[in-house]
Amino acid sequence: MDNASLSFFQAYVMPFLLITAHSLAIMIALLLALAFFMYADRKVWAAVQLRRGPNVVGPFGLLQSFADILKYLFKEVVVPTTANKAVFLLAPFLTMFLALSAWAVIPFDEGWAVADINLGILYVLAISSLGVYGVIMGGWASNSKYPFLGALRSAAQMVSYEVSIGLVIITVLLCVGSLNLTDIVLAQKNIWFCVPLFPMFVVFFISALAETNRPPFDLPEAESELVAGFMVEYSSTPYVVFMIGELANIVLMCAMTTILFLGGWLPPIDIAPFNMVPGVIWFTLKLCLMFFMFAMVKAMVPRYRYDQLMRLGWKIFLPFSLIWVVLTAGVLQYFDLAP
Amino acid sequence: MTLASFAFYMFATVTVASALMVISARNPVHSVLFLILTFFNSAGIFLLLGAEFLALLLVIVYVGAVAVLFLFVVMMLDIDFVELNEGFLQYLPVGALVGLVLLTELIMVLGGSAIAPDMIAGGPKATTDDMTNAEALGRVLYTDYVFFFQTAGAILLVAMVGAIVLTLQKRDNPKRQSVAAQNARRRDESVEVVKVKPGQGL
Amino acid sequence: MQALLTEYMPILIFMGLAAVITLALLVVPLLAAPSDPDTEKLSPYECGFEAFDDARMKFDVKFYLVAILFIIFDLEIAFLFPWAVAFGDIGLFGFWSMMFFLAVLTIGFAYEWKKGALEWD
Repeated sequence: MDNASLSFFQAYVMPFLLITAHSLAIMIALLLALAFFMYADRKVWAAVQLRRGPNVVGPFGLLQSFADILKYLFKEVVVPTTANKAVFLLAPFLTMFLALSAWAVIPFDEGWAVADINLGILYVLAISSLGVYGVIMGGWASNSKYPFLGALRSAAQMVSYEVSIGLVIITVLLCVGSLNLTDIVLAQKNIWFCVPLFPMFVVFFISALAETNRPPFDLPEAESELVAGFMVEYSSTPYVVFMIGELANIVLMCAMTTILFLGGWLPPIDIAPFNMVPGVIWFTLKLCLMFFMFAMVKAMVPRYRYDQLMRLGWKIFLPFSLIWVVLTAGVLQYFDLAP
Repeated sequence: MTLASFAFYMFATVTVASALMVISARNPVHSVLFLILTFFNSAGIFLLLGAEFLALLLVIVYVGAVAVLFLFVVMMLDIDFVELNEGFLQYLPVGALVGLVLLTELIMVLGGSAIAPDMIAGGPKATTDDMTNAEALGRVLYTDYVFFFQTAGAILLVAMVGAIVLTLQKRDNPKRQSVAAQNARRRDESVEVVKVKPGQGL
Repeated sequence: MQALLTEYMPILIFMGLAAVITLALLVVPLLAAPSDPDTEKLSPYECGFEAFDDARMKFDVKFYLVAILFIIFDLEIAFLFPWAVAFGDIGLFGFWSMMFFLAVLTIGFAYEWKKGALEWD
């Protein structure tokens, strides 16, 4: 190899291959984890209702999600004749693509993020604000009544709760002074933000439920009224792709809660036995705890009504988190604590 | 040709092409989808300039909020677009005028950079070396440019009031939930236990 | 400049991978699964009977109002981001400047509330 091609190799090809390997590793780990999260969700739900849940495929039913995926792969794709075909297929693609893309900036441990960009939190916010397109496009393209109504509801709901999520993020940023996710975690060395900002932690958790259309806010797909909401006309893998995207978003929200409020990969106490454990283990444990809470809420809380949902978002969370932004800023300013 | 210029030509080409599709697509929904693609590629160009904060803000505000409203309107506002397109030609003079003004402005800007290149080069830079551009923006926007900042606030207020004045409709007698009344309700004022003798009724 | 590009390059690669995986999932059943369409199967779902008319219809203007209000609050949050980041450097003036901005918008919010734009009925 001559000199020029060697330097080209070093400058472009090597980093490219390294990043690709890194991304691939995270993506595969994420998709495998999602399969087990799906399983865990069903098991928790079943346990609350005194059922067994999936227990046939593999030991303790652990391979159930894989069996489901395989089954869906061999099902016929039905696209209704009245549907707008391109948009109909674009919608699930967009949902899953965006949900996966957001994971590019998540730091599982110090320096583990694929791209540790300056504006990490803004990137996640941007990607999650695009999630609404999958729903609107799916509902509209189906050209069928239930999906249309489901999409309408869902869009208004997701948009409403994004406001309070944004304000909650602002309170955290005030305490950090940086938009970088790694900086946000490192700022929690002394105390996790869930302690001083506990009310915001609660608001964020509930808004995350609404943003991801999880019960008790699963009105877009309220079975008793809308059959399956915007997903009615979907079958086979387009449906699965929607589901994976939704699940990836839910787990992403758990990861964001971990990063913003539970100190990311930091151990609970910075002394000997705890800080020996690798950070990624702590991160995963906290993420699983958050997901367990998501699953328990789904199993225990009855569904909200639409007017209650909108009132909670606009009349309670929005003013409340706005007051907290002002309060946090005031305290930081008065006691000169700003970073 | 470096990677950066390759990326620029890619983003620029897609921006222009999708902008063309916005005005030529027959289905208005497709127009909006192409508009979103245009926004995305403009964000890419911002990114190449080093204005990463503006790039992400463009995605959050325009793609995540404004285009959602557009999509709402064209998807769900049952307009007959064929009928709408019939009067298309009568707007041609106005459209041509706006286009002409824009073209003149563009020529002036581009001409400026051709006549006095050092004037452009001395202009503001998107990036500073020692801080992120969100921070750089924050340091000047709320103090040095406070007047513009407060004007933006006033404009938002007007927009809020305007939106309500234009769209709010009153229902005749809506049935609303009164949370306070529900919570104030007590057992003894709403439930009465009556002993009923069998076979007699009340 | 170059540093910025190398910072964002991984995201592009990551997105590319995400797109490939998603596309693969969508394409597989087209090759592997049976395809046996008939008119009943391909008709839109409507609780057992034929759809009467086009599903896309006019709906409550409230949904537009929510979307517009969302844009306004989204912009407010966009203004808050650089403020939160530079909070330590802009001092008391920056603090009160933002408080005034928020106060102006709170007037709008109060107006909204009073007019009943936030009621859902």
